[in-house]
Amino acid sequence: MSRAREGRGGGQARQGPGTSPTDRCHDTVRSREGHGAILVAVAVGSAVGAVLRYGIGVGAIHLATGGFPWGTLVANVAGSFVIGAAATLTLPDGRMPARPAVRHFVMVGVCGGLTTFSIFSVETLALLQAGLGRVAGANLLASLLLWVPAAWVGSRMGRSLRPSADG
Amino acid sequence: MSGLIGLLLVAVGGAGGGLLRYLLSVAVDQRTAGVSPWGTLLVNVSGAFLLGFLMGWMGFPVLTPTDSHVWLLLVVGVLGSYTTVSSFSLQTLVLLEEGHVGRAGWNVLLSFGLCLLAAAVGLASGVGLGPGPAA
Repeated sequence: MSRAREGRGGGQARQGPGTSPTDRCHDTVRSREGHGAILVAVAVGSAVGAVLRYGIGVGAIHLATGGFPWGTLVANVAGSFVIGAAATLTLPDGRMPARPAVRHFVMVGVCGGLTTFSIFSVETLALLQAGLGRVAGANLLASLLLWVPAAWVGSRMGRSLRPSADG
Repeated sequence: MSGLIGLLLVAVGGAGGGLLRYLLSVAVDQRTAGVSPWGTLLVNVSGAFLLGFLMGWMGFPVLTPTDSHVWLLLVVGVLGSYTTVSSFSLQTLVLLEEGHVGRAGWNVLLSFGLCLLAAAVGLASGVGLGPGPAA
């Protein structure tokens, strides 16, 4: 149902077919919650996400085989999964309805800070330059095949946990 | 303890990069007000360019994590957090779920194509303008 698709059911959330998909992430900029609280949530969440990504990267050094950038791939797939799950779990009719600031903390902050398109790009390029074209190709292919499906799996799981199946 | 300082640099840089990402992508999305997530695309492409440039300018020390403070603050922190895969994934998924298959395809193609291209262009310009012995 379209209500369930809304990023935010409350007051000033935009409705209808014109709703931008980006509203899932930035859905409440004009909501009642103070802009300051949202900014703090994004900043703190991003800090947490970046530290997690750094930790994963350091941990992945020991797994390094053939120069494949496991750390970035794991961070990007995990972040895609979590944002998908959070998007549906924290809807007003979801399992864990959450305030805009909390949604921003998790989705825009933690997931945004954890994942990185820039480091993925440069790592792929570095592999190409090092003559490891197949590893670069594998990294590109794995990312193409795993990122969006991870968000899909997360979103399905979040939806299936909905307390009342009034869909 | 230098490990703690490193974590702090990543956190502070990550917070700054995340804020920039949020503010810029919201501003772009409000101006375009359409279906396609242009804000995320712009953030990712510009971030890939800047990271490529920085790599080139610093002499391209490949992407092996180091304890360099500049590296931890700017690369792992600011630029790593400035760009996002999670929003890209969710937005592509929503486009697909709402039946905008073409737009979803373009979003994937443009994001991967332009980010890799931007990183390459950034790298080349960074090498050219950098202080080190230019290639």
